[in-house]
Amino acid sequence: MIRSEILKNLIPVISDHFVICNIGLPSQEMHMMDDQATNFYMLGTMGLSSSIGLGVALAQKQTVISIDGDGSVLTNLGTLPTIANNVADNFILLIIDNGSYGSTGDQPTYAGQKTSLAAVAEACGCENVVECQAEEAVDVVQGAIDSKQMTVIVCKCESGNIPVPVITMDPVVIKHRFMTELEKRNA
Amino acid sequence: MSIDKKIVADFVKNKIELVTTVPCKQLAGVIEEIDACDDIYHIPSNKEDEGMGICAGSFMGGKRSAIIMQNTAIGVTINTLATLTQYYRMPLPMLISYRGELGEPVACQVEMAVHTKALLKQMNIPTYHFHRERDVEELDKILKYTFMSNKPVAILTDASFWGGY
Repeated sequence: MIRSEILKNLIPVISDHFVICNIGLPSQEMHMMDDQATNFYMLGTMGLSSSIGLGVALAQKQTVISIDGDGSVLTNLGTLPTIANNVADNFILLIIDNGSYGSTGDQPTYAGQKTSLAAVAEACGCENVVECQAEEAVDVVQGAIDSKQMTVIVCKCESGNIPVPVITMDPVVIKHRFMTELEKRNA
Repeated sequence: MSIDKKIVADFVKNKIELVTTVPCKQLAGVIEEIDACDDIYHIPSNKEDEGMGICAGSFMGGKRSAIIMQNTAIGVTINTLATLTQYYRMPLPMLISYRGELGEPVACQVEMAVHTKALLKQMNIPTYHFHRERDVEELDKILKYTFMSNKPVAILTDASFWGGY
């Protein structure tokens, strides 16, 4: 199973929540399959999906799910200690770990070799870390939402991509509709 | 009121509720005040671009945010400033210690100091330079300007402003 199939399976579980979609293909796949105001698409800035998601979660009450990648987390590895030490129980970090930089041509990452991101997250002090296989993603993410505890999920899957169109939506529109919907739900 | 207390009071007055910091000797006092302030959530970052991501999220979540960092961080954060803060049009006050200016004992700090204003200018980032203690009087207006314009704004604070370090 590849990332796009995991995201497709997850739509019924995450569609009602606020989702920070990682740069490149994860954003483009979510945009193609389930575009809506609760999705924040990163059009640039590799590595910051988890940081943006943590910021949103700390600032308000709604559940926030950051969809990240193993390559992006490796780019911003300092995010894991920050997450561990600033617990937001409405925050879920979902790392889709396909062991490769998917958006740039599937070059292998260290997470697909000797490095375990789940072990790194635990060593950083994250209290609820779950490593799962692609087939278990729906149950694990639903469980994390229901637990109302900050959770880091490392979902292992195969490398590979489907053709998806780029996002042409203006960034200010993406931001504005996300903020408006968030404000409405928190009202 | 000390400079440190005045800065934090202006942050609170302008409804800044989350501040991320990456430390610098010159900023030690203000970071201590941020940490002690009940109205501000202080979240130390491991790197300044990470901090800008947290600030972007906080802003979208409805809480105004700010970053406190050293000018060397301009070298770290150009991409984040361009593709996140500016591209999505988000306000971000950046209180920056301007190392490598008069009174600087560490030669290497000068190497980024000479690029700091040029980089900020290239990025079209409104930039204010606090050199004398009284310059802090402008902070309240600068913060209001930042949230009015929805832009990252740099406040460079040099060693003379802090009274040496």
